[in-house]
Amino acid sequence: MKDLLQIAAVLAVLAALHRPLGAYMARLLTSRRDTTVERLIYRAVRVAPRAGQPWRVYLRDVLTFSAVSIVALTLLQSIQGWLPLGRGAGPVHLDQAINTAVSFTTNTNWQSYSGETAVTQLTQMLGLAVQNFVSAAVGIAVVAAFIRGLAARRTGRSASGGAPPLGNFWVDLTRISLRLLLPIAAVGAVLLILGGAIQNFHGPQTITTLDGSQQTIPGGLVASQESIKVLGTNGGGYFNANSAHPFENPAEWTNLLQVALILLIPSALPRTFGIMVGDRRQGWSVLGAMAVLFLASLAATVWAETALTGDAKLAGASLEGRELRFGTVASAFFATATTLTSTGAVDSFHSSYSGLGGGVLMFNMLLGEIAPGGVGSGLYGMLVIAILSVFICGLMIGRTPEYLGKKIGPPEIRLVAGYVLVVPACVLLGTGASLLVPGVREAILNPGPHGLSEVLYAFTSASNNNGSAFAGLGADTPYLNLALAAAMALGRFVPIAFVLALAGRLAGQTPAPPTSGTLPTHRPLFAGVMVGCALIVTGLTYLPALALGPLAEGLS
Amino acid sequence: MNSSALLAASGAALQKLDPRTMIKTPVMLIVELGCAATLVCALLRPSVFAFGLAAWLFLTVVFANFAEALAEGRGRAQADALRASRSSLRAQRVGPDGGIEEVPAAELHVGDTVLVRAGQVIPGDGDVVEGAATVDESAITGESAPVIRESGGDRTAVTGGTTVLSNEIRIAITSQPGSTFMDRLIELVEGANRKKTPNETALDIFLAVLTVVFALAVVALAPMAWFSHAPQSLLVLIALLVCLIPTTIGALLSAIGIAGMDRLVKRNVLAMSGRAVEAAGDVSTLLLDKTGTITIGNREATDIIPLGGGSPRDAAYAAQLSSLADETPEGRSIVRLAETGLGLAPVPEDAYAQARFVPFSAATRMSAIRLPDRTVVKGAASEIVAWARAAGAEVPPELDAIVSRISDKGGTALVIAEATPLAGADPAAELAPEGCAHGRIVGVIRLTDILKPGMVERFAQLRRMGIKTVMITGDNARTAKAIAREAGVDDFLAEAKPEDKLALIRREQEAGAMVAMTGDGTNDAPALAQADVGLAMNTGTQAAKEAANMVDLDSDPTKIIEIVEVGKQLLITRGALTTFSIANDLAKYFAIIPAMFMAAFPGLGLLNIMGLASPESAITSAVIFNALVIVALIPLALRGVSYTPSTSSRLLSRNLLIYGLGGLIAPFIGIKLIDLVVSLIPGLA
Repeated sequence: MKDLLQIAAVLAVLAALHRPLGAYMARLLTSRRDTTVERLIYRAVRVAPRAGQPWRVYLRDVLTFSAVSIVALTLLQSIQGWLPLGRGAGPVHLDQAINTAVSFTTNTNWQSYSGETAVTQLTQMLGLAVQNFVSAAVGIAVVAAFIRGLAARRTGRSASGGAPPLGNFWVDLTRISLRLLLPIAAVGAVLLILGGAIQNFHGPQTITTLDGSQQTIPGGLVASQESIKVLGTNGGGYFNANSAHPFENPAEWTNLLQVALILLIPSALPRTFGIMVGDRRQGWSVLGAMAVLFLASLAATVWAETALTGDAKLAGASLEGRELRFGTVASAFFATATTLTSTGAVDSFHSSYSGLGGGVLMFNMLLGEIAPGGVGSGLYGMLVIAILSVFICGLMIGRTPEYLGKKIGPPEIRLVAGYVLVVPACVLLGTGASLLVPGVREAILNPGPHGLSEVLYAFTSASNNNGSAFAGLGADTPYLNLALAAAMALGRFVPIAFVLALAGRLAGQTPAPPTSGTLPTHRPLFAGVMVGCALIVTGLTYLPALALGPLAEGLS
Repeated sequence: MNSSALLAASGAALQKLDPRTMIKTPVMLIVELGCAATLVCALLRPSVFAFGLAAWLFLTVVFANFAEALAEGRGRAQADALRASRSSLRAQRVGPDGGIEEVPAAELHVGDTVLVRAGQVIPGDGDVVEGAATVDESAITGESAPVIRESGGDRTAVTGGTTVLSNEIRIAITSQPGSTFMDRLIELVEGANRKKTPNETALDIFLAVLTVVFALAVVALAPMAWFSHAPQSLLVLIALLVCLIPTTIGALLSAIGIAGMDRLVKRNVLAMSGRAVEAAGDVSTLLLDKTGTITIGNREATDIIPLGGGSPRDAAYAAQLSSLADETPEGRSIVRLAETGLGLAPVPEDAYAQARFVPFSAATRMSAIRLPDRTVVKGAASEIVAWARAAGAEVPPELDAIVSRISDKGGTALVIAEATPLAGADPAAELAPEGCAHGRIVGVIRLTDILKPGMVERFAQLRRMGIKTVMITGDNARTAKAIAREAGVDDFLAEAKPEDKLALIRREQEAGAMVAMTGDGTNDAPALAQADVGLAMNTGTQAAKEAANMVDLDSDPTKIIEIVEVGKQLLITRGALTTFSIANDLAKYFAIIPAMFMAAFPGLGLLNIMGLASPESAITSAVIFNALVIVALIPLALRGVSYTPSTSSRLLSRNLLIYGLGGLIAPFIGIKLIDLVVSLIPGLA
């Protein structure tokens, strides 16, 4: 009962913040005013803030920025030992450095390294923390551009000239980082410090415990990193144990705070969407679809983890791999939130979940992390689902499918097709091919279906930019580091390219005015169609793979 | 549909097995390739299961081709009939010197003039440049009543292949041989050169994506199954792939398109492209001419109001007199009203033996009859008032009120006045009021527009479908407004000139609307060309027909509403079968996944909720269902799913329920039933 009240409390807080935060973001993304600091930044990097970019330019800048980030972060890890706060740490070996750089730049935060030992405090501060902010900002910027494309109204069918621009990437990036992420992250950090998370510059301190053994206690700027880790749906823990570590997540209430921060921006973005397209009801139906998927998934996970079998029945609860401070249900809540967004932070070990429970977590990611999804990426993922739903069902009302008055014809569906294909290709081919690699089979800890799940989970998590892992897979091998880095990069940037191209395409269309003959996309029925469409498309794509992993394990 | 058509389609279905033809439907090509691979497997390691699988995959492809062949066959018979009617035509070409030479119709060129006499077949499309004739157009319209074609005006167009019944006409040829109306008609009904419509292309892309996704799933499954110590044979993987890829809609997609065009041809509408038919489904604004579409062509006199102290009989008599020679339908309705409605005796012939009639003209806007003792004029209020004043009449004060009341109610007011001709007045100055005295205004005739029956319901229906209707009329705004209100159209364009129509279409399109309109005159051509769906009447001019993207052979302007419905039905059929096809996959998984892995992981037996007999029978049943469902849906694909106009929400819920939910459930039942039979076959049980 207490567990349910906790969940209800978090959802109530999110509901209360939905409107004001959504409206704030809409203002932020449409305002024509810059702050003084921003003006200085634009002048320094020579950006004309009012110059709108067509989709190609926007995409070029996203890709350039991300490529530079990857190179810089790889470099930083390679020379970290010689830099201040190095404390004698060596360079991260190249394949792991590349993996980590791609991982943080793509908002994935898959960690094949161990936070305590592998990276220095400077790398944490200048590298990982910065990417925690900007990779989140990139996601929100892309969805902002996409919404602008959907909302754009061009006057006149025959009007010459290109489509309306999608905004300016540099302005979006700067504003989102400075005026959205930074203030909320600061508040979150203070709250976490109040809860007991550490925030210091200490190196590892070795102490003698009461029973006389030696213990090394790490230090670091943990609370601030932690705050943006969850707020930006990043998920890369300061320590290896991630949010199960008491320095990262000290108390029961900070655990709930982290869940709230994970869901905060993604769940408010549909409001922003509704406002920016000039029809708030559209935001409600998107949010509704997200909520249905979230609650159904949460219920399934809680059910799977509390329906006790075997040893857990004897113990009275499934406690393997969980923090006793949080318990089974709160852990399931965290696990649902982290896999239905692109966060991947964990306060419990997903590989310790029951076969079916682990399967639900994997399914959450396979849905494309759309309920509510990663910051920005969740909403554009859900909007692509909306377009797909419109396409499949729209014909059934006897009209060319259209979403928000924009027709979904061959060029549009071609781009949606590209978006939809990338991640399944990465997940299925990555898993299938990797099982044929001898080194991977040796890296798998467990035999049978659970072993298959470890690899399937790794490629699912990487391709969907989640970052959580099914422990047991020794992922720090050159092959896995590079293969997963490739999955992360493809799973992030190819969909972004298709989304921006689609935005450009839609921006050039004059929207048809809604009539009673138009497919209403703001009603519960359509939210239901979106849910069904997401479930069926994902289910059909992955059922055979899931059957051999989680289903074979869970039904045995 | 008879057995010979089925036989012909079966033959064509086998011919289409050529992979070069199959490439047009990639989904079915994959099935064909899978069938070949299965056959090789079966030959290498013979088993009932393997040969059965190969046979059913083969049938799946044949069924798909059969659906297309059947749809094409229906048009082909019609095309053959048309071709026969056009055989070895000869033309009498008028040479530059006026001499006549006989040439084959195939040698006629644009600009040639030909002479066609009664009983001859018109050799090519053209415009009548001289003469008038009755023409039998049943060859293209199926309508046996002859129509009049004459030079000048809007009835000049004649179509090659039709027959002149009376008189003789000279025709200027307007189309090259091979691209005449009849040639296009044959091409259309045959489905030759059928281009894919935008929605069809989009659907093709979507089906390709699904196919690739399922191919990925199956390809990746091989190493996963191997890793899980449950390796799968190629046969089983092919069966799984074929069951998952959207074969149902892939097989029926082109049949649906061809059948959609066919439904239009059946309604005697020729669409120049499938794109236009699809656009018809998307129409959001419909421009309708008032006359002939919303109202029956002619107005009718419904009331005669006396003025200036005269009795109703006097007014009626004046109206009757003034309309004696008026052969227009309005004129005749006035006489009819006077005689049957108001009980006046027909005017005896000797009473107007010496009468002179002055017909209505657009310049004078009045008509008149001059008898020795009186002149009666009838016409638009302003003109008659001016005339009567000049003839010394006083204008009754209530006239204005009466006239505007009639206009407000959607009627047209005709005012009647009379005067006594002065002796010696110049009889040639026909209407001149100066030659008259004692002028007085006698009364007002109310002409009422009669709505076509059923139009009010039609417009209500269109509104529910989300289509805005705009009435186009030459009437003044007041009258137009009243009729618009009575008919229930959403908007009207009064005192419309052709360029106003064009401007209205542009305006609507700029606001994002898709516009449909009908037209027949040459001055409609620009608007017909600008509209997304332009429907020209077959009686119209060649220019109108060229500009439009559809021609109605029956020349019934209300048919545009039916065309919209056909367009919608076409799209709905595609959407419904796509949804059905995808929803089917779930059940197939529940059949095949446990069959594949139950041996290695007995727990997965839980997924065998259909309780299928054995792995082989389960897979075979799924493949058989997959093939049979194509056959089962052919009638639906050809007929189109039933469409009753209603709001989009209601349509969506209804179709989701039938084709979405139905698509989820039906295969569970179907596969189970097939399995009951299949499991009796030795080697599969």
